[in-house]
Amino acid sequence: MGLSVRIIPCLDVTDGRVVKGINFTNLVDAGDPVEMASLYDREGADELTFLDISASSSNRETTLDIVRKTAEQVFIPLTVGGGIRSVSDVDKLLRAGADKVSINTSAIARPELIAEIADRFGSQVLVISVDARRARTESGFEVTTHGGRESSGLDALRWVEKACQLGAGEILLNSMDADGTRAGYDIGMITAVRQVTKVPLIASGGAGTLSDFAAALDAGANALLAASVFHFGTHRIGDVKAYLDKHNYPVRNVVVT
Amino acid sequence: MIAILDYGSGNLRSAERAFAITGQEVVLTSDPAIALEADGLVVPGVGAFSSCMNGINAINGGSIVQERVAKERPVLGICIGMQILFTHGTEGTEGIEGTEGKLGSENSKAKPHVGIGLFEGVVDRLNAPILPHMGWNTVEADPKSLLLKGIENQSFYFVHSYAAKQPAGKVQSWSFHGERFLSVVEDEYVSATQFHPEKSGTAGLALIKNWVGSL
Repeated sequence: MGLSVRIIPCLDVTDGRVVKGINFTNLVDAGDPVEMASLYDREGADELTFLDISASSSNRETTLDIVRKTAEQVFIPLTVGGGIRSVSDVDKLLRAGADKVSINTSAIARPELIAEIADRFGSQVLVISVDARRARTESGFEVTTHGGRESSGLDALRWVEKACQLGAGEILLNSMDADGTRAGYDIGMITAVRQVTKVPLIASGGAGTLSDFAAALDAGANALLAASVFHFGTHRIGDVKAYLDKHNYPVRNVVVT
Repeated sequence: MIAILDYGSGNLRSAERAFAITGQEVVLTSDPAIALEADGLVVPGVGAFSSCMNGINAINGGSIVQERVAKERPVLGICIGMQILFTHGTEGTEGIEGTEGKLGSENSKAKPHVGIGLFEGVVDRLNAPILPHMGWNTVEADPKSLLLKGIENQSFYFVHSYAAKQPAGKVQSWSFHGERFLSVVEDEYVSATQFHPEKSGTAGLALIKNWVGSL
Protein backbone atom coordinates (compact mmCIF):
# COMPACT_ATOMS: atom_id res chain seq x y z
CA MET A 1 0.00 0.00 0.00
CA GLY A 2 2.87 2.36 0.68
CA LEU A 3 3.17 5.29 3.00
CA SER A 4 -0.06 6.49 4.60
CA VAL A 5 -1.07 10.11 4.85
CA ARG A 6 -0.84 11.30 8.42
CA ILE A 7 -3.65 12.90 10.40
CA ILE A 8 -2.25 14.98 13.24
CA PRO A 9 -4.38 16.65 15.93
CA CYS A 10 -2.72 19.67 17.52
CA LEU A 11 -3.25 20.50 21.18
CA ASP A 12 -2.58 24.05 22.36
CA VAL A 13 -1.32 23.90 25.92
CA THR A 14 -0.80 26.58 28.52
CA ASP A 15 -0.15 26.18 32.24
CA GLY A 16 -0.47 22.44 31.82
CA ARG A 17 -3.96 22.61 30.32
CA VAL A 18 -5.35 22.32 26.83
CA VAL A 19 -6.92 25.66 26.05
CA LYS A 20 -9.24 25.10 23.13
CA GLY A 21 -12.40 23.44 24.36
CA ILE A 22 -13.02 19.84 23.62
CA ASN A 23 -16.49 18.63 22.85
CA PHE A 24 -16.11 14.99 23.70
CA THR A 25 -18.49 13.58 26.23
CA ASN A 26 -16.36 10.57 27.10
CA LEU A 27 -13.60 12.61 28.72
CA VAL A 28 -13.36 12.91 32.46
CA ASP A 29 -11.32 16.08 32.18
CA ALA A 30 -11.48 17.78 28.80
CA GLY A 31 -8.54 20.03 29.58
CA ASP A 32 -6.04 17.38 30.55
CA PRO A 33 -3.43 17.05 27.77
CA VAL A 34 -2.39 13.53 28.70
CA GLU A 35 -5.95 12.24 28.68
CA MET A 36 -6.67 13.97 25.39
CA ALA A 37 -3.50 12.63 23.82
CA SER A 38 -4.55 9.18 24.85
CA LEU A 39 -8.04 9.64 23.43
CA TYR A 40 -6.74 10.84 20.07
CA ASP A 41 -4.36 7.88 19.99
CA ARG A 42 -7.29 5.49 20.50
CA GLU A 43 -9.21 7.29 17.76
CA GLY A 44 -6.42 6.64 15.28
CA ALA A 45 -4.28 9.80 15.25
CA ASP A 46 -1.05 9.09 13.40
CA GLU A 47 0.96 11.58 15.44
CA LEU A 48 0.30 14.18 18.11
CA THR A 49 1.48 17.76 18.40
CA PHE A 50 1.60 19.80 21.58
CA LEU A 51 1.99 23.53 21.13
CA ASP A 52 3.03 25.35 24.28
CA ILE A 53 1.38 28.68 23.56
CA SER A 54 2.48 30.37 26.74
CA ALA A 55 6.05 29.20 26.31
CA SER A 56 7.27 31.21 29.26
CA SER A 57 10.18 29.94 31.26
CA SER A 58 7.98 29.21 34.27
CA ASN A 59 5.93 26.89 32.10
CA ARG A 60 8.84 24.89 30.72
CA GLU A 61 8.86 22.40 33.56
CA THR A 62 5.09 21.94 33.28
CA THR A 63 5.43 21.19 29.58
CA LEU A 64 8.23 18.71 30.19
CA ASP A 65 6.04 17.00 32.76
CA ILE A 66 3.15 16.71 30.27
CA VAL A 67 5.52 15.24 27.68
CA ARG A 68 6.84 12.72 30.21
CA LYS A 69 3.38 11.59 31.24
CA THR A 70 2.16 11.37 27.65
CA ALA A 71 5.18 9.39 26.49
CA GLU A 72 4.50 6.89 29.27
CA GLN A 73 1.17 5.86 27.85
CA VAL A 74 0.91 6.97 24.25
CA PHE A 75 3.13 5.09 21.81
CA ILE A 76 2.82 7.22 18.69
CA PRO A 77 5.12 10.06 17.64
CA LEU A 78 4.91 13.23 19.64
CA THR A 79 5.99 16.67 18.41
CA VAL A 80 6.35 19.60 20.79
CA GLY A 81 6.55 23.24 19.79
CA GLY A 82 6.61 26.63 21.46
CA GLY A 83 9.41 28.61 23.04
CA ILE A 84 12.29 26.39 21.86
CA ARG A 85 15.38 28.56 21.51
CA SER A 86 18.40 26.33 21.86
CA VAL A 87 19.89 22.88 21.38
CA SER A 88 19.62 22.44 25.12
CA ASP A 89 15.84 23.07 25.01
CA VAL A 90 15.56 20.36 22.36
CA ASP A 91 17.67 17.95 24.38
CA LYS A 92 15.40 18.34 27.41
CA LEU A 93 12.25 17.69 25.36
CA LEU A 94 13.69 14.61 23.65
CA ARG A 95 14.84 13.22 26.99
CA ALA A 96 11.34 13.78 28.38
CA GLY A 97 9.92 11.64 25.56
CA ALA A 98 9.27 13.97 22.60
CA ASP A 99 10.24 12.59 19.20
CA LYS A 100 10.30 15.86 17.31
CA VAL A 101 10.32 19.55 18.03
CA SER A 102 8.77 22.31 16.02
CA ILE A 103 10.41 25.72 15.86
CA ASN A 104 9.24 28.95 14.32
CA THR A 105 10.18 32.40 15.64
CA SER A 106 13.56 31.34 17.03
CA ALA A 107 14.58 29.93 13.62
CA ILE A 108 13.61 33.19 11.91
CA ALA A 109 15.58 35.16 14.47
CA ARG A 110 18.60 32.88 14.20
CA PRO A 111 18.53 30.47 11.22
CA GLU A 112 21.74 28.72 12.35
CA LEU A 113 19.67 27.15 15.10
CA ILE A 114 18.23 24.84 12.42
CA ALA A 115 21.67 23.52 11.52
CA GLU A 116 22.69 23.24 15.17
CA ILE A 117 19.67 21.08 16.02
CA ALA A 118 19.96 18.97 12.84
CA ASP A 119 23.68 18.36 13.38
CA ARG A 120 23.17 17.25 16.94
CA PHE A 121 19.99 15.18 16.71
CA GLY A 122 19.39 14.64 12.99
CA SER A 123 16.97 16.40 10.65
CA GLN A 124 14.19 13.96 11.51
CA VAL A 125 13.63 15.63 14.89
CA LEU A 126 13.11 19.05 13.40
CA VAL A 127 9.85 20.46 12.10
CA ILE A 128 10.05 24.03 10.82
CA SER A 129 6.73 25.72 11.41
CA VAL A 130 5.98 28.44 8.88
CA ASP A 131 3.13 30.87 9.55
CA ALA A 132 2.52 32.30 6.11
CA ARG A 133 -0.01 34.57 4.42
CA ARG A 134 -0.61 36.03 1.01
CA ALA A 135 1.29 39.28 0.48
CA ARG A 136 3.14 41.26 -2.16
CA THR A 137 6.43 39.46 -1.87
CA GLU A 138 8.42 37.77 -4.62
CA SER A 139 6.36 34.58 -4.49
CA GLY A 140 3.15 36.16 -3.23
CA PHE A 141 3.50 34.55 0.21
CA GLU A 142 5.26 35.97 3.23
CA VAL A 143 6.27 34.62 6.62
CA THR A 144 4.61 36.20 9.63
CA THR A 145 5.42 36.19 13.32
CA HIS A 146 3.36 36.65 16.47
CA GLY A 147 0.55 34.41 15.28
CA GLY A 148 0.19 36.14 11.94
CA ARG A 149 0.00 39.67 13.29
CA GLU A 150 3.39 40.86 12.10
CA SER A 151 5.38 40.51 8.93
CA SER A 152 8.83 38.97 9.23
CA GLY A 153 9.88 40.49 5.92
CA LEU A 154 10.76 37.01 4.62
CA ASP A 155 9.38 35.53 1.44
CA ALA A 156 7.74 32.23 2.42
CA LEU A 157 9.13 30.13 -0.44
CA ARG A 158 12.67 31.45 -0.04
CA TRP A 159 12.45 30.78 3.70
CA VAL A 160 11.30 27.19 3.18
CA GLU A 161 14.19 26.61 0.76
CA LYS A 162 16.67 28.04 3.22
CA ALA A 163 15.28 26.08 6.17
CA CYS A 164 15.55 22.85 4.18
CA GLN A 165 19.12 23.60 3.14
CA LEU A 166 19.99 24.17 6.80
CA GLY A 167 18.50 20.83 7.83
CA ALA A 168 14.75 20.98 8.34
CA GLY A 169 13.28 17.47 8.33
CA GLU A 170 9.69 18.56 7.76
CA ILE A 171 7.74 21.72 7.00
CA LEU A 172 4.56 22.57 8.88
CA LEU A 173 2.81 25.13 6.72
CA ASN A 174 0.19 27.18 8.55
CA SER A 175 -1.98 29.48 6.49
CA MET A 176 -2.65 32.60 8.54
CA ASP A 177 -5.33 33.64 6.06
CA ALA A 178 -7.21 30.36 6.30
CA ASP A 179 -6.60 29.66 9.99
CA GLY A 180 -9.83 29.45 11.92
CA THR A 181 -12.05 30.06 8.89
CA ARG A 182 -12.88 26.39 8.24
CA ALA A 183 -13.17 27.46 4.60
CA GLY A 184 -10.52 25.01 3.43
CA TYR A 185 -6.73 24.88 3.32
CA ASP A 186 -4.89 27.47 1.20
CA ILE A 187 -4.40 25.17 -1.77
CA GLY A 188 -2.37 27.68 -3.78
CA MET A 189 0.09 28.07 -0.94
CA ILE A 190 0.49 24.31 -0.44
CA THR A 191 1.06 23.85 -4.18
CA ALA A 192 3.69 26.60 -4.24
CA VAL A 193 5.60 25.32 -1.21
CA ARG A 194 5.50 21.74 -2.54
CA GLN A 195 7.45 22.95 -5.58
CA VAL A 196 10.41 24.12 -3.51
CA THR A 197 10.93 21.30 -1.02
CA LYS A 198 11.33 17.52 -1.00
CA VAL A 199 10.84 17.07 2.75
CA PRO A 200 7.43 16.00 4.06
CA LEU A 201 4.90 18.81 4.08
CA ILE A 202 2.25 19.14 6.78
CA ALA A 203 -0.69 21.37 5.88
CA SER A 204 -2.43 23.36 8.58
CA GLY A 205 -5.11 26.03 8.80
CA GLY A 206 -8.58 26.13 7.36
CA ALA A 207 -9.80 22.53 7.53
CA GLY A 208 -13.59 22.51 7.48
CA THR A 209 -15.26 19.86 5.35
CA LEU A 210 -13.94 16.35 4.74
CA SER A 211 -13.18 17.19 1.12
CA ASP A 212 -10.82 19.94 2.35
CA PHE A 213 -8.46 17.28 3.67
CA ALA A 214 -8.39 15.50 0.30
CA ALA A 215 -7.77 18.79 -1.55
CA ALA A 216 -4.68 19.51 0.56
CA LEU A 217 -3.30 16.06 -0.24
CA ASP A 218 -3.94 16.62 -3.95
CA ALA A 219 -1.94 19.86 -3.69
CA GLY A 220 1.04 17.93 -2.34
CA ALA A 221 0.67 17.74 1.44
CA ASN A 222 1.87 14.52 3.06
CA ALA A 223 0.20 15.11 6.39
CA LEU A 224 -2.73 17.12 7.71
CA LEU A 225 -2.76 18.94 10.99
CA ALA A 226 -5.93 20.29 12.52
CA ALA A 227 -7.06 21.55 15.89
CA SER A 228 -10.56 22.93 16.22
CA VAL A 229 -12.39 20.56 13.84
CA PHE A 230 -11.22 17.68 16.01
CA HIS A 231 -11.51 19.41 19.39
CA PHE A 232 -15.05 20.57 18.81
CA GLY A 233 -16.06 17.23 17.40
CA THR A 234 -16.97 18.58 13.93
CA HIS A 235 -15.10 15.58 12.58
CA ARG A 236 -13.66 12.62 14.39
CA ILE A 237 -10.31 11.36 13.19
CA GLY A 238 -12.01 8.14 12.13
CA ASP A 239 -14.40 10.12 9.89
CA VAL A 240 -11.52 11.79 8.09
CA LYS A 241 -9.75 8.48 7.60
CA ALA A 242 -12.90 6.73 6.39
CA TYR A 243 -13.52 9.53 3.88
CA LEU A 244 -9.95 9.45 2.59
CA ASP A 245 -9.95 5.65 2.41
CA LYS A 246 -13.17 5.71 0.41
CA HIS A 247 -11.51 8.11 -2.02
CA ASN A 248 -8.45 5.90 -2.39
CA TYR A 249 -5.95 7.83 -0.31
CA PRO A 250 -3.69 5.54 1.72
CA VAL A 251 -4.61 5.70 5.41
CA ARG A 252 -3.41 3.59 8.29
CA ASN A 253 -5.55 0.76 9.55
CA VAL A 254 -6.93 1.70 12.87
CA VAL A 255 -6.63 -1.07 15.41
CA VAL A 256 -9.86 -1.27 17.32
CA THR A 257 -9.11 -2.02 20.94
CA MET B 1 16.02 -8.17 32.17
CA ILE B 2 16.20 -6.07 29.05
CA ALA B 3 18.97 -3.55 28.53
CA ILE B 4 18.57 -0.57 26.21
CA LEU B 5 21.97 0.60 25.06
CA ASP B 6 22.34 4.25 26.03
CA TYR B 7 24.94 5.95 23.90
CA GLY B 8 23.40 9.41 23.78
CA SER B 9 20.80 8.74 21.12
CA GLY B 10 17.62 10.82 21.27
CA ASN B 11 14.36 9.74 22.88
CA LEU B 12 15.01 6.58 24.87
CA ARG B 13 12.16 7.12 27.26
CA SER B 14 9.54 5.81 24.84
CA ALA B 15 11.58 2.68 24.20
CA GLU B 16 12.06 2.14 27.93
CA ARG B 17 8.33 2.42 28.59
CA ALA B 18 7.30 0.30 25.63
CA PHE B 19 9.56 -2.59 26.61
CA ALA B 20 8.50 -2.26 30.26
CA ILE B 21 4.88 -2.91 29.23
CA THR B 22 5.85 -6.54 28.63
CA GLY B 23 6.41 -6.85 32.39
CA GLN B 24 10.17 -7.18 32.01
CA GLU B 25 12.62 -5.15 34.02
CA VAL B 26 14.16 -2.57 31.66
CA VAL B 27 17.36 -0.62 32.18
CA LEU B 28 18.99 2.12 30.13
CA THR B 29 22.69 1.44 30.30
CA SER B 30 26.08 2.09 28.77
CA ASP B 31 27.71 -0.37 31.18
CA PRO B 32 29.25 -3.20 29.10
CA ALA B 33 28.75 -5.78 31.87
CA ILE B 34 25.01 -5.10 32.12
CA ALA B 35 24.58 -4.85 28.35
CA LEU B 36 26.37 -8.19 27.94
CA GLU B 37 24.47 -10.08 30.63
CA ALA B 38 20.93 -8.85 29.93
CA ASP B 39 18.43 -11.38 28.50
CA GLY B 40 17.92 -9.05 25.57
CA LEU B 41 19.82 -6.00 24.34
CA VAL B 42 18.06 -3.24 22.41
CA VAL B 43 20.23 -1.01 20.20
CA PRO B 44 18.21 2.16 19.49
CA GLY B 45 19.32 4.97 17.25
CA VAL B 46 18.24 8.25 15.71
CA GLY B 47 20.18 10.83 13.74
CA ALA B 48 22.94 10.10 11.28
CA PHE B 49 24.76 6.78 10.73
CA SER B 50 28.17 8.27 11.51
CA SER B 51 27.08 10.09 14.67
CA CYS B 52 25.45 6.89 15.94
CA MET B 53 28.64 4.93 15.21
CA ASN B 54 30.65 7.59 17.05
CA GLY B 55 28.36 7.15 20.04
CA ILE B 56 28.57 3.35 19.80
CA ASN B 57 32.35 3.40 19.48
CA ALA B 58 32.69 5.71 22.48
CA ILE B 59 31.23 2.99 24.72
CA ASN B 60 32.77 0.10 22.76
CA GLY B 61 29.24 -0.90 21.78
CA GLY B 62 30.32 -2.78 18.66
CA SER B 63 32.25 -5.29 20.75
CA ILE B 64 29.34 -5.68 23.15
CA VAL B 65 27.00 -6.51 20.27
CA GLN B 66 29.50 -8.88 18.62
CA GLU B 67 30.21 -10.66 21.87
CA ARG B 68 26.52 -11.08 22.68
CA VAL B 69 25.85 -12.66 19.31
CA ALA B 70 28.86 -14.94 19.70
CA LYS B 71 27.42 -16.04 23.06
CA GLU B 72 23.96 -16.54 21.49
CA ARG B 73 22.32 -13.69 23.39
CA PRO B 74 19.60 -11.79 21.52
CA VAL B 75 20.05 -8.28 20.15
CA LEU B 76 17.35 -6.05 18.62
CA GLY B 77 18.35 -3.04 16.53
CA ILE B 78 15.86 -0.23 15.93
CA CYS B 79 16.00 2.31 13.07
CA ILE B 80 19.59 3.60 12.87
CA GLY B 81 20.27 0.85 15.43
CA MET B 82 19.42 -1.55 12.59
CA GLN B 83 21.46 0.31 10.00
CA ILE B 84 24.67 0.28 12.04
CA LEU B 85 24.49 -3.53 12.24
CA PHE B 86 25.49 -3.55 8.56
CA THR B 87 29.05 -3.35 7.29
CA HIS B 88 28.72 0.11 5.72
CA GLY B 89 26.55 3.23 5.47
CA THR B 90 26.84 5.96 2.86
CA GLU B 91 25.01 8.73 4.75
CA GLY B 92 26.95 11.98 4.55
CA THR B 93 29.53 10.57 2.12
CA GLU B 94 27.63 10.82 -1.14
CA GLY B 95 29.13 14.02 -2.47
CA ILE B 96 27.44 15.20 -5.62
CA GLU B 97 23.67 14.93 -5.65
CA GLY B 98 22.36 12.18 -7.86
CA THR B 99 25.32 9.89 -7.31
CA GLU B 100 24.17 8.75 -3.90
CA GLY B 101 25.33 5.38 -2.85
CA LYS B 102 27.16 4.46 -6.01
CA LEU B 103 30.07 2.93 -4.25
CA GLY B 104 33.31 3.33 -6.09
CA SER B 105 31.74 5.81 -8.47
CA GLU B 106 34.06 8.57 -9.55
CA ASN B 107 31.76 11.11 -7.99
CA SER B 108 31.84 9.58 -4.52
CA LYS B 109 33.53 12.10 -2.30
CA ALA B 110 34.39 9.86 0.59
CA LYS B 111 34.42 6.23 1.60
CA PRO B 112 31.26 4.97 3.28
CA HIS B 113 31.17 4.84 7.06
CA VAL B 114 31.98 1.54 8.71
CA GLY B 115 29.26 -0.15 10.77
CA ILE B 116 29.34 -2.95 13.34
CA GLY B 117 29.24 -5.45 10.49
CA LEU B 118 26.96 -8.26 11.66
CA PHE B 119 25.21 -8.08 8.30
CA GLU B 120 27.01 -7.80 5.01
CA GLY B 121 25.74 -4.85 3.02
CA VAL B 122 25.56 -1.13 2.43
CA VAL B 123 22.91 1.16 3.93
CA ASP B 124 22.16 3.61 1.20
CA ARG B 125 19.92 6.60 0.42
CA LEU B 126 16.39 5.73 -0.67
CA ASN B 127 15.54 6.73 -4.18
CA ALA B 128 12.23 8.47 -3.40
CA PRO B 129 10.65 11.82 -4.28
CA ILE B 130 9.96 12.79 -0.65
CA LEU B 131 12.55 12.21 2.06
CA PRO B 132 12.78 11.49 4.94
CA HIS B 133 10.43 8.49 4.61
CA MET B 134 8.29 9.63 7.52
CA GLY B 135 5.08 8.06 8.69
CA TRP B 136 3.17 4.79 8.80
CA ASN B 137 3.87 2.16 6.21
CA THR B 138 3.06 -1.49 5.71
CA VAL B 139 5.44 -4.44 5.73
CA GLU B 140 5.49 -7.38 3.36
CA ALA B 141 6.05 -9.94 6.10
CA ASP B 142 8.02 -13.11 5.51
CA PRO B 143 5.75 -15.99 6.64
CA LYS B 144 8.64 -17.23 8.80
CA SER B 145 8.89 -13.93 10.67
CA LEU B 146 8.53 -14.34 14.43
CA LEU B 147 8.55 -10.61 15.12
CA LEU B 148 5.61 -9.92 12.80
CA LYS B 149 3.54 -12.93 13.87
CA GLY B 150 -0.07 -11.87 14.26
CA ILE B 151 0.58 -8.32 13.02
CA GLU B 152 1.44 -9.09 9.40
CA ASN B 153 -1.07 -6.60 8.01
CA GLN B 154 -0.41 -3.71 10.36
CA SER B 155 1.40 -0.44 9.70
CA PHE B 156 4.49 0.75 11.55
CA TYR B 157 6.10 4.16 12.03
CA PHE B 158 9.19 4.91 9.94
CA VAL B 159 11.55 7.89 10.03
CA HIS B 160 14.63 7.52 7.84
CA SER B 161 16.20 8.46 4.53
CA TYR B 162 18.61 5.54 4.19
CA ALA B 163 17.99 1.80 4.19
CA ALA B 164 19.44 -1.59 3.34
CA LYS B 165 18.20 -2.71 -0.05
CA GLN B 166 19.83 -6.11 -0.32
CA PRO B 167 18.87 -9.28 1.54
CA ALA B 168 20.55 -9.90 4.90
CA GLY B 169 20.03 -12.50 7.62
CA LYS B 170 17.85 -15.60 7.44
CA VAL B 171 14.39 -14.02 7.36
CA GLN B 172 13.61 -10.79 5.56
CA SER B 173 10.52 -8.57 5.42
CA TRP B 174 10.32 -5.63 3.07
CA SER B 175 8.66 -2.25 2.71
CA PHE B 176 8.37 0.24 -0.12
CA HIS B 177 9.08 3.96 -0.36
CA GLY B 178 10.29 4.99 -3.79
CA GLU B 179 11.92 1.56 -3.90
CA ARG B 180 11.87 -1.71 -1.97
CA PHE B 181 13.97 -1.86 1.17
CA LEU B 182 14.58 -4.19 4.09
CA SER B 183 12.29 -3.23 6.96
CA VAL B 184 12.74 -6.26 9.25
CA VAL B 185 15.63 -8.67 9.38
CA GLU B 186 15.73 -11.72 11.64
CA ASP B 187 18.70 -14.00 12.09
CA GLU B 188 19.45 -16.48 14.86
CA TYR B 189 20.17 -14.01 17.65
CA VAL B 190 20.04 -10.70 15.84
CA SER B 191 16.82 -8.99 14.82
CA ALA B 192 16.28 -5.48 13.60
CA THR B 193 13.51 -3.19 12.43
CA GLN B 194 13.93 -0.12 10.24
CA PHE B 195 10.72 1.29 11.78
CA HIS B 196 10.20 2.31 15.40
CA PRO B 197 8.12 -0.37 17.19
CA GLU B 198 8.11 1.81 20.32
CA LYS B 199 6.31 4.50 18.27
CA SER B 200 4.01 2.19 16.33
CA GLY B 201 1.07 2.04 18.69
CA THR B 202 -0.51 -1.33 19.50
CA ALA B 203 1.12 -3.03 16.49
CA GLY B 204 4.55 -1.94 17.71
CA LEU B 205 3.84 -3.13 21.23
CA ALA B 206 2.78 -6.50 19.80
CA LEU B 207 6.10 -6.77 17.95
CA ILE B 208 7.98 -5.94 21.13
CA LYS B 209 6.04 -8.67 22.95
CA ASN B 210 6.91 -11.12 20.17
CA TRP B 211 10.60 -10.34 20.59
CA VAL B 212 10.54 -10.44 24.39
CA GLY B 213 8.62 -13.73 24.20
CA SER B 214 11.41 -15.24 22.11
CA LEU B 215 14.14 -14.45 24.65
